[in-house]
Amino acid sequence: MPPRPLDARALAALAANPGCRRRALLDGAGVDKPALAAALGAPAGYGQSQFAMIRGNSFEAKVKADGGTELLRLVHEKLGRGAEPPRAAHLPDLAAAGPEGRAARTALALREATASGTWTLLDHPMLALEVAGTPAYLEPDAVVVHPDGRWTVVEIKSFPLIDGAADPAKVGAAARQAAVYVLALERVAAKLDGARVGHEALLVCPKDFSNVPAAAAVDIRKQRAVTRRQLDRLARVEDLAAALPDGTSFAPDRTRAQLTEAVEAVGAAYAPDCLAACELAFHCRDRARAAGAVGTLGRQVRGELGTLTTVEAALDAAAGGCPGGPAEDPTAEALHRAARLRAGALAAAGLPADRTEGPGCPS
Amino acid sequence: MSLLTTLARLEAVRAGRARPLATVRHRHLTDRPLVFVPLTTAGEAGAPLGALVGTDRDAPRLLVVPQPRDRDLRWTFLADLAEEVLPYIDAYADHVEPAERTETDPVTGKKAKVATELCLDAPQIVVPSPAGIEYVRLLGRSMRFRRTAEEDPDAPYPAPARVPLLGRWFTHLAERSRMPGSALLLSATGLLSRHWATGQSSLEDQHLGALLAWIAPDPKTGGTGAEQALRAELARDAQGLLLVPPAGPATDPAFDNKLLAPAMARFDAARAADPADPAARSAAEDAVRALVASQLRPTWDAVWRSLDLVRELPPGAHTEQRWTGDRWSYTGHRDRVRAGEPPQPRRDDAVTAARKLGRRETEQVRLDAQEALDDPLVMAARRFAGEAFAGEITEVVMEWTDSKRPSPRPLLAVATEDGPQFDGPAKVYRSLDGRAQTAEHVRTEEDGTVVLRLLDKMGRGREPEPGTVPEKGDQVCWTLFEHEPRSGPRLPEPEDTPWTHGGPPAAGPEATDPVTDEDML
Ligand code: SF4
Repeated sequence: MPPRPLDARALAALAANPGCRRRALLDGAGVDKPALAAALGAPAGYGQSQFAMIRGNSFEAKVKADGGTELLRLVHEKLGRGAEPPRAAHLPDLAAAGPEGRAARTALALREATASGTWTLLDHPMLALEVAGTPAYLEPDAVVVHPDGRWTVVEIKSFPLIDGAADPAKVGAAARQAAVYVLALERVAAKLDGARVGHEALLVCPKDFSNVPAAAAVDIRKQRAVTRRQLDRLARVEDLAAALPDGTSFAPDRTRAQLTEAVEAVGAAYAPDCLAACELAFHCRDRARAAGAVGTLGRQVRGELGTLTTVEAALDAAAGGCPGGPAEDPTAEALHRAARLRAGALAAAGLPADRTEGPGCPS
Repeated sequence: MSLLTTLARLEAVRAGRARPLATVRHRHLTDRPLVFVPLTTAGEAGAPLGALVGTDRDAPRLLVVPQPRDRDLRWTFLADLAEEVLPYIDAYADHVEPAERTETDPVTGKKAKVATELCLDAPQIVVPSPAGIEYVRLLGRSMRFRRTAEEDPDAPYPAPARVPLLGRWFTHLAERSRMPGSALLLSATGLLSRHWATGQSSLEDQHLGALLAWIAPDPKTGGTGAEQALRAELARDAQGLLLVPPAGPATDPAFDNKLLAPAMARFDAARAADPADPAARSAAEDAVRALVASQLRPTWDAVWRSLDLVRELPPGAHTEQRWTGDRWSYTGHRDRVRAGEPPQPRRDDAVTAARKLGRRETEQVRLDAQEALDDPLVMAARRFAGEAFAGEITEVVMEWTDSKRPSPRPLLAVATEDGPQFDGPAKVYRSLDGRAQTAEHVRTEEDGTVVLRLLDKMGRGREPEPGTVPEKGDQVCWTLFEHEPRSGPRLPEPEDTPWTHGGPPAAGPEATDPVTDEDML
C-alpha cells in the first residue's frame, strides 16, 4: 500500500489529540486511515460535496487571478503597511519533480525572493517538516515574501467573513493549519540571513454573501506554540512501531479480525472530538463503547469521574459501592450522594427510578 | 454540567435509552408553532437549497431552489418563504391587551409608567438544531439590507417585496434565541436535550435522528435506543446514501455528489435547451424538487415528533412568565417595524453589546432559579452543589423583635442531609404560595442541623398569620439563591422599545450591501 502523505490538516488534528499513540503511529507510518477504517467495517463518513469543492477552487482562482495582484494588495493592506505597495507581482515557477524536488525548488525561490527585496508570491509552494521521525510534505495555498524579508502564510478558505467576523471554529482550524506551515517555513528561514516568518497569517475569505475576497490577519503565535510543543512530544514512530508484535500490518487486504487486532495493539485515547478530526473515529468509538469507557460521553465527563473510568464502575459507586471495597474515593462518594438526590427527585415527581440494582459485588 | 446530569447519562448508557433530566417542561410551547426545516448548498454561505415550512404537520410547503447559483431562483425561494412566514408572524400583531411599561425620560432620567399594549400571544418558530438557528440568523443578515424596487427604483437586482422585512424578523428571532429561557425560536435538539440525557456525548446529541432514537425508539424497528441511534447516524443504503438524512442545513455529501449534482445538471441542460422545451424543463425541476424533499421530509417529521414528546411533559410553573417576556420582545419588534425604523445594524456598538451580554447573564441566573423551583430534579442538582437544602423542621421556637410593636421572628431547626455551603451570614429563601419567604442562617449544628430565623411574609400582627410559619414535621426546601433575582419580568427589554418610545438611539440607517453579479444572495 503506498503511504499516504501527511497533510497540514492531518498534522493540525494530530496535535489536537497528542495523547493518542494509535493515531501517531498510523499517521506517522503513512497508513491510509480512510481505507483502514473501511476495512475495519467502520468507514469514515467523510468526503466532500462537489459543490463545496467547486466553490473552493473557483474562489481560490479568483483570489489569485491577475498574477496575484489582488492577493498582494490584501497582504500589503493588512500586514505590510510599512512597505511600498506592490506593483507587479513576482511569481516564481515552482514546478519540479516529486515532493522533495518541489520542496527544494521552493526553498530556492524563498532564498531568491528574500535577497531580491521585492514582493513575491509563491503559489502552492511545497514545504517539508519532519514529524515523529518521518518527513511530511505540506502545500500551503500561498506564501508571500515581503520586501523586508518577512514571509507571510496565506490561507484561502471559502467560508464567508460576514461583517468582518467568521465562524470561530473554522477560523481556529485555519489558524492551526497555518501554524503548521509557519513551523515548516521557520526551518527554511533559519538557514537564511534576513528571513523571518511572520506570526500573523492572512486569512482570505469571501466577503459577506459575495465572491469578493476579504482578508483578516490572524495572530497564530498561540497555535504555533501549542502545535510545536505537541509535535515535539509525539512519540517517534520507530519507538511506537518497535513496541508492536512482529508481523503487525495495517494493509487493508487483511481480514477484519487481523486488522482489529493490529489496531488494538496500539493504545488509543478516544474522545468525541475524534469524530471531527480522525477517520478512525467510528472504529475507536465502537471499541470505547464496548469497553464501557466513560470518555465516550465527553472529555469533561471523564475528567469529572476521575479514577472511575468505566460506566459500570461509576454506576456501582453511585449505587453505594461494595462493602469492604477500595477505601472511600471522594468521586465515588459524590456519585452516591448524587444518585440518592436524583432518586428522591424522580420519586417526588412520580417518575420511574433509574435501575438501582446493587453493584455486582463479589460474594 | 452537574454530576447529576453525568449520572443520568451513565444510566442511559446502561439502559440503552434516554433518562429524564427534567420532570416538567421548561419551555413554553404554543398551540400553533411554525416548523422550518432549511437546507443549504454546500460551500455557499447562505445559498439556500430548499426548505419545508408550515404550521400543519401533514401539509408542509416545499420550497426548492433547483439551481442555487441562479439569483432569480434564490429570490423566488426567499419571496415564497416570506409569503409563508410573514403572515404567520403578523397574525399575532393585532391581538393585544393593555399593559404598562416603565420608560426613562431621556432628559430628566426619571422613570415613569406609561400605558401601552402587549400582544396576547406570539409566533414560535421551531428548527431542527442549533445549526438551524444559526441559519435563520444568516438568512436574516443576508436579507435585511436588501432593497426592493419600491424602496429604491434604481437598485440593481432589487429584492422581491417583503424579503427585507423577513430578514428583519429572522434577525430579531435569532437574536432573541440567545436569551436564556426564551421560546420565540427554538431548536428541536435543544428542546429534547434540555429534558433528556442520552448515553452519548452532547456532540452526538446534535444529530436529531439519533437523539430521538435514544428518547423514543421506534418499537417497530426493534433494538434499543442506543442501537437505533447508531443506525440513524451511520446506516447507508446500497448507493452509499444515509438512510436518515442529516437534519441540515448541511446536506450529506454523498447525496450531493451522487444524486443532486446530476439532477441539477439535467435541470441546467433542460433550461438551456434550444428550442425551449417547457415540459422537459419542468420535469427536470420536479426531479430536483423530489430529491430535496426526500432529504427534508424525515427531518420535518422528526421535529414534530420532538414537539409531541416535549409537550407530554407538564409545563413548569414559570414558563408562562418567561413567555410573557417573549411576547414583549415580539410586541417591541412589531413596534419598531411599524415606527419605520431601519434594519438592525450589522454589528452592535460596544454599549449595546455589553448591555445585551449583561442582560443575558441576569436572565440565566433567573432561569436557573426558576427551573429549580419548578422541578425537583433541577433542585436536586442545586442541593448537590450546596446551593439549596431540603429537610424536616425539627423544632420551632417563637421569638419576636424588640421594638414597640413586636414582629414575629421564629427560629427554625431544619434537619438535612444536604450540605449547604454557607459563606458568612446568609439569607435563604423558600417558596410560600409562589412568593419567596426569607430567613437568615443563624448557625449550623454539629450534626448538620441548620438553624434559621424567619424574617418576613408573616403578616403585620404580633402573631404570624396561619400557614406562614412551617411547623414541626414539615418538609421544606430552602435555597441560598434568590427566587426572583431581578425586578418585574413583565417589563419590556430596552432593545424592544421602539426609538419613538425612548428606545436605544439609532445611529441612522446602514448602507445596503453592494450587489455584484456573483453574489450568492
Ligand atoms: S479516532 Fe482513534 S486513532 Fe483517531 S485520534 Fe481518536 S482515538 Fe486516536
